[in-house]
Amino acid sequence: MQSTSPAFKENARSALADQQLQKALQNVKSGFIGKRAKARARLPEFDDLRDAARDIKNHTLANLDFYLERYEEKVQASGGTVHWAVTAEDARAAILQICRDAEAKVVTKGKSMISEEIALNAHLEEAGLDVVETDLGEYIIQLRKEAPSHIIAPAVHLTKDQVEADFRHHHTDLPDERPLSEPTQLVAEARQMLRQRYLDADVGITGANFLVAETGTSIIVTNEGNGDLTQTLPKVHIVIASLEKVVPNLEDATTILRVLARSATGQEFSAYTTFSTGPRRPEDPDGPEQYHVILLDNGRSQMLGSEFEEMLRCIRCGACMNHCPVYHAVGGHAYGWVYPGPMGAVLTPSLIGVDEGGQLPNASTFCGRCEAVCPMRIPLPKMMRHWREREFERHLSPKAVRFGLGLWAFFARRPALYHRILGLKMRALARLGRARGRFDALPFAGGWTKYRDFPAPQGKTFQQLWAERQGAEKQNGGPGR
Amino acid sequence: MAEVSPRVGLFVTCLVDLMRPSVGFAAVKLLEQAGCSVDVPRAQTCCGQPAYNSGDRADTKAIAEQVIAAFEGFDYVVAPSGSCAAMIKKHYPELFADDPPLRAKAEDLSARTFELVSFLTDILKVEAVESSFSGAVTYHDSCSGLRELGVEAQPRKLLNNLPGVEIREMEESNVCCGFGGTFCVKYPDISNKMVSNKAGFIAASGAGTLLAGDLGCLMNMAGKLQRQGAGVRVRHVAEVLADMADEPAIGEAADEESIVEQSRAS
Repeated sequence: MQSTSPAFKENARSALADQQLQKALQNVKSGFIGKRAKARARLPEFDDLRDAARDIKNHTLANLDFYLERYEEKVQASGGTVHWAVTAEDARAAILQICRDAEAKVVTKGKSMISEEIALNAHLEEAGLDVVETDLGEYIIQLRKEAPSHIIAPAVHLTKDQVEADFRHHHTDLPDERPLSEPTQLVAEARQMLRQRYLDADVGITGANFLVAETGTSIIVTNEGNGDLTQTLPKVHIVIASLEKVVPNLEDATTILRVLARSATGQEFSAYTTFSTGPRRPEDPDGPEQYHVILLDNGRSQMLGSEFEEMLRCIRCGACMNHCPVYHAVGGHAYGWVYPGPMGAVLTPSLIGVDEGGQLPNASTFCGRCEAVCPMRIPLPKMMRHWREREFERHLSPKAVRFGLGLWAFFARRPALYHRILGLKMRALARLGRARGRFDALPFAGGWTKYRDFPAPQGKTFQQLWAERQGAEKQNGGPGR
Repeated sequence: MAEVSPRVGLFVTCLVDLMRPSVGFAAVKLLEQAGCSVDVPRAQTCCGQPAYNSGDRADTKAIAEQVIAAFEGFDYVVAPSGSCAAMIKKHYPELFADDPPLRAKAEDLSARTFELVSFLTDILKVEAVESSFSGAVTYHDSCSGLRELGVEAQPRKLLNNLPGVEIREMEESNVCCGFGGTFCVKYPDISNKMVSNKAGFIAASGAGTLLAGDLGCLMNMAGKLQRQGAGVRVRHVAEVLADMADEPAIGEAADEESIVEQSRAS
């Protein structure tokens, strides 16, 4: 997927002006925040579980090679195949080859952010395959030829009226009188359309929330059950997952599962939690004939041992963006690539480079709400700051910013000069603003005064007034209190 | 009250120093009332946060070293800002992670540093202060104070104990106002959206006065409310707690003489 992350500011401006989008974004606040808070309140040990989840991932990341090899052995032992993909291109090529070997025409897909990351659909479609997204949100944005705007709610940027209009446009045999104004009706309509596609499919592709080293199992969580149909009906099941998805054993997976759905949707557990291990065995009533796992690196091994390693604990719950006031303001598409919100602001420069994704870690007030809700206790603001440091070191920050900062730092490092110069400036500014107490325009502060007034300073600085007070006290023979 | 008065170094903060010294004098008054002896080192400018959050680690470290040196020897260091206090308390030690001698000094300073209101309640065990302020107020929880230092109940407790004050909580009081230091000028459109939401919640609370513990956020919210003509007065919480709310509110026409007088009287 071509990124528009360098145009974040322009993207944000259009997003802010888009009334339809602004209306849809209200659902992010109302749909996620209260539910998570309630789920958390119902589980007294929630914060302890966050610690445990963090520790599991830290341990796994410290021994990642070991667990990945164990995982591969177990997948092989269960009759499956692991394909190691260093780059997105490797992953796409491996998947296409599996489809070709299976003489596939129709491919169904469960929701997968890795699929978005490697731009899989376009690649398979170019090769002549019919690719069908089966997650409702993904299905909607596939109709609209859009990218997801949220990692767990890909169509959250749309209102239900827009979805109804899309269905009426694309589902040409849909009678006009069929009511489609309620979400349940939309789900029923999508299910109706997808039912035959599941049966047509030769290959089913799913993501993975966890890969279990102990058993070679992949785990997905869904609410629609589409993942189960995607992976059990076709003769080939391909799991695509990035390598940090591995956990040591089932107990570890279930510990993290306890914080995942609560953090994401506020559910105790998602409606479906599906475990799959290898292809169909002779005694199994159903299941695929082939089971493949595409294990994607795509830059992640470079994050190990760096200041961004902790980002690899991320379980893609979306809590950070659900609570992010910047995400609430501009939505996910403004971020310009696959991963939006705070987690995207950290991950995007890691995966596509800081030249391309460098705007994103700057677009944060560091309000800290993301870190406060992250089930894996990832210090997101700290890592965004690390990106800013890298940009500053490489002189990628805008010239005007560097100049202003340099000038400010020059004075801030020289207290005597600072107090003298700024003391004079503030008195001048105070005189100018005395009549109204504020300014509606100020040179060099256009970003501020475009939208708000700037208060006039009171006059003398605190340091000047304090020195005067100390002087007066001395004259009076010490503090006269 | 302790028999020997604790020696407090006031970290004025750059915004209070330059923009609204009356907040600094309110802090001094509150600390002195609680039995502290307060001094204000001249060799302070800023905590370094603008550089730190812009990725300029070298300047941040230089400024942090300056602050560490300026506040050596005080029992406590107190700032009328959750953001600056958190910078010193939480981030200075991280800055010097690979410099053990400085790290030790930064940790020592960190242990002595507090945000003003939580210092009064949590360390000095102040239960109530006296203020003639009267009216309905709404309180905005500034992000750093709230999430890095746990400042939430403390200002409300002291405000609740003032006979003339009624707290009317706004919706989303714990959501960022969109200031974010340089964020508000680097991303003015997004910042505007955030502060517009905030101004809406403030107005809807029905309170006549908005209070918070950080001048940056207060200037942002005051500027928006005034641009909208909302008629809400905006003050630092210390001004109300110190009974120094006679001063014109933030962004209202000022009278320099009154500040000088107050500084002498405090």
